[in-house]
Amino acid sequence: MRLELRINGSVRSLEVEPLKRLLDVLREDLILTGTKEGCGEGECGACAVLLDGQLVNSCLVAVCQAAGASVVTIEGLSSSALTPLQRSFVECGGAQCGICTPGMIVAGQCFLDSGAAATDEAVREAIAGNLCRCTGYTKIVESIQHAARETR
Amino acid sequence: MIPVTSVKTLPEAYALLQARPPGLRVLAGGTDLMVAINARVGLDRIGHVLDIWNVRELRGIALQDNFLRIGALTTYTEIIHSTLVNTQLPALAAVSREVGAWAIQNRGTLGGNVCNASPAGDTLPLLLAADARFLLGGPRGERTVVAEEFFLAYRKTALGADELLLRVDFPLPDAARLAYRKVGTRRAQSISKTLIAVRATPGLREVRIAAGCVAPIPLRCRRAEQAAMSGGDVRAALQLDISPINDIRSTIEYRRLVSANVLLQLLKNMGTPYSLPGRP
Ligand SMILES: Cc1cc2nc3c(=O)[nH]c(=O)nc-3n(C[C@H](O)[C@H](O)[C@H](O)COP(=O)(O)OP(=O)(O)OC[C@H]3O[C@@H](n4cnc5c(N)ncnc54)[C@H](O)[C@@H]3O)c2cc1C
Ligand code: FES
Ligand code: FES
Repeated sequence: MRLELRINGSVRSLEVEPLKRLLDVLREDLILTGTKEGCGEGECGACAVLLDGQLVNSCLVAVCQAAGASVVTIEGLSSSALTPLQRSFVECGGAQCGICTPGMIVAGQCFLDSGAAATDEAVREAIAGNLCRCTGYTKIVESIQHAARETR
Repeated sequence: MIPVTSVKTLPEAYALLQARPPGLRVLAGGTDLMVAINARVGLDRIGHVLDIWNVRELRGIALQDNFLRIGALTTYTEIIHSTLVNTQLPALAAVSREVGAWAIQNRGTLGGNVCNASPAGDTLPLLLAADARFLLGGPRGERTVVAEEFFLAYRKTALGADELLLRVDFPLPDAARLAYRKVGTRRAQSISKTLIAVRATPGLREVRIAAGCVAPIPLRCRRAEQAAMSGGDVRAALQLDISPINDIRSTIEYRRLVSANVLLQLLKNMGTPYSLPGRP
């Protein structure tokens, strides 16, 4: 099918199979490889993107359901410099191998945008759908809390 | 390539349901169906997909005639943030917060949980205990099925091949309170080992009990209800209702013991004479 997606602010017209995963369309058709695949079954959050402003796992979204919608990937969070949250991940050691990082940052940005107080409990709930095999999470939580202090 | 028809209105959906293309499957939020499609499970049985995600009529939460009415496409996130649900049926908001995590709650729908009909569907014991009614609709018209008559056998429901679930209606009896407890491996993103829901009036005059993950279907536990209403041995009665299995998530023994403990704890929390025995 032919459909239009608004990807990171620009409209793209694509010819795709309707049930192709949004994840694969991003990585293969649009060469936006920042979004990662961990599990392919909704468990790990490595493929998290914003769909019409909402956090979703792009491995579970059929691209036909994103037709006409706006998608923001890790590449689209900032056009030039790193965002405050990305800087915090660098400064606080929030990333090791980096596979979970794009999803963590998209989920973390969602949390920051929600305006909720950055308690341990609240931050951990916000990233509960994102698995990390490296950091033990503590430094990821600290990165998000650091960004919350910097930006609010 | 599996063809997809994306519809925006019920009449459009009904037109496709009436045509009955072979292997028609409904797609809502996709948090169950896409997992199966990605794993290529049952792919050969899917001939055509009806994507209903954008059917506005199937979304929304309203209070009418002492029923809380929730459209089938209403997401967990919408339920969690609904003032109506939080005031009228707080247990449903609480259980929604325990489904998956944010990304799943943003896509997963109440109707998807019902129609997927997994014995581990977390809302389903609450729907049984709350005596929820399902409004089904299709080209032949609409009908209402009570929750208890909807789940027929393992992943088999009363939904016809040309029907959609349109809405879930919860009666709101004044005196009754609905409570539940989910037991999983971790707080988020975990499929339950057992889940017990209880709706009871003060003094346990009227009690409805239902359980998840302990039978091929989400199960109403009638023997346990009878025991609770007559001050009997709830633990023993529940054991007769349930028939848990060993699987990757838990064992028969664990599910039997913990389901009974959780039930007693829920009854205790409702201010009844039931209590949890001390540790052996
Ligand atoms: C990582 C992860 C974590 C999860 N955690 C939980 C959890 O903690 N607890 C839990 O209970 N579930 C959990 N789930 C399962 C899933 O999120 C829920 O069952 C959800 O409610 C399904 O809704 P959906 O709209 O995504 O359904 P879909 O996948 O779109 O559909 C599910 C089934 O229902 C049918 N269907 C959907 N809507 C209708 C309708 N209106 N009329 C007729 N048929 C319909 C579809 O044909 C399909 O067979 C999890 C899933 C994932 C991937
Ligand atoms: S790859 Fe999508 S959640 Fe793991
Ligand atoms: S940094 Fe390696 S998975 Fe998180």
